[in-house]
Amino acid sequence: MSGILIIDLVLLALVLITAVATVESRNLFAAAVISSIYSLLMACFWTSMDAVDVAYTEAAVGAGISTILLIGTLVLTGTRETVRRIVHWPALLLCMAVGGVLIYGTLDMPAFGDPHAPAHEHPLYAGYTKQDIRKAPGSKGAEAYEASLTAARDGEHEAHGEDTEHSEHGEHNGNAHQDYFHGHVPNQVTSIIVAYRGFDTMFETCVIFCAGVGMIVLLRGRRGNPMKGGLL
Amino acid sequence: MMLAQAESMLHTDIPTLVGGLALLFGIMLLLVRAIAGPTNYDRILAMNAIGTKTALFVALLGFITERPAFLDIALAYAILNFVGTIAILKFIRHRRLG
Repeated sequence: MSGILIIDLVLLALVLITAVATVESRNLFAAAVISSIYSLLMACFWTSMDAVDVAYTEAAVGAGISTILLIGTLVLTGTRETVRRIVHWPALLLCMAVGGVLIYGTLDMPAFGDPHAPAHEHPLYAGYTKQDIRKAPGSKGAEAYEASLTAARDGEHEAHGEDTEHSEHGEHNGNAHQDYFHGHVPNQVTSIIVAYRGFDTMFETCVIFCAGVGMIVLLRGRRGNPMKGGLL
Repeated sequence: MMLAQAESMLHTDIPTLVGGLALLFGIMLLLVRAIAGPTNYDRILAMNAIGTKTALFVALLGFITERPAFLDIALAYAILNFVGTIAILKFIRHRRLG
């Protein structure tokens, strides 16, 4: 058992305690502060999982802006929770079922940091991303790119017998000197976000759309006078 | 080969374990104060201190994995923590962020 794994486990135990404390806290100011602590601990965890960018976003959004928004809400509404605790059993069961399905889905994933994971070895992703980055306009690697493209083209016909993979990654225009996306998305960042990680980006956009719809549904027609409550 | 591997594991793992667990123990004590804390100022102080511990944790990981760029990230965390705490305190005092 490696040291970083033990640290991760302790960290996740602390995260769990924090989450339960957030839900159970009656003092809403305390709940806001503890949810901020939750974000800080998750930032630690993301950093330990080598996702530094995610960690920084988590710290800035979760511990920074969200806490301020929550406390701004508390200034308007009051800091004590109205005691009404009904457990909605169908909702709880649905949540547990979805959680179980998600955990079941992770069973098929490769181990963390596995160098032989499909994301690292799949010829379509690993090879072409490297080429796309190398063929930046004016870069020195243009000739090396041509050479590697020839090599990759030879390997490609062996690696991709089936047409199903071609169809979901844009159209193949038949030119031997171009890969699937060349000419369609000349910009490298766009190429990675839209072409290589298109499904990822699409569902991220869906999440943002759902959040927007939720906010509209929640805030529509609620323009009464807000309750004045004391804070501290 | 095995010996060298075990030795390198020892060198990277023992400082990680000791430093990380010490930091997490500190976070745990602060968490007790944040959850049980009698006044809200205890909670704000606990949150601020946990933010500092987060910056330290990032710096520790950067030190262990020999990536000095993590120190800059730790500095950014420290600034973020400071600004966040100031914003919360201002909000409580003035009821707005002005």
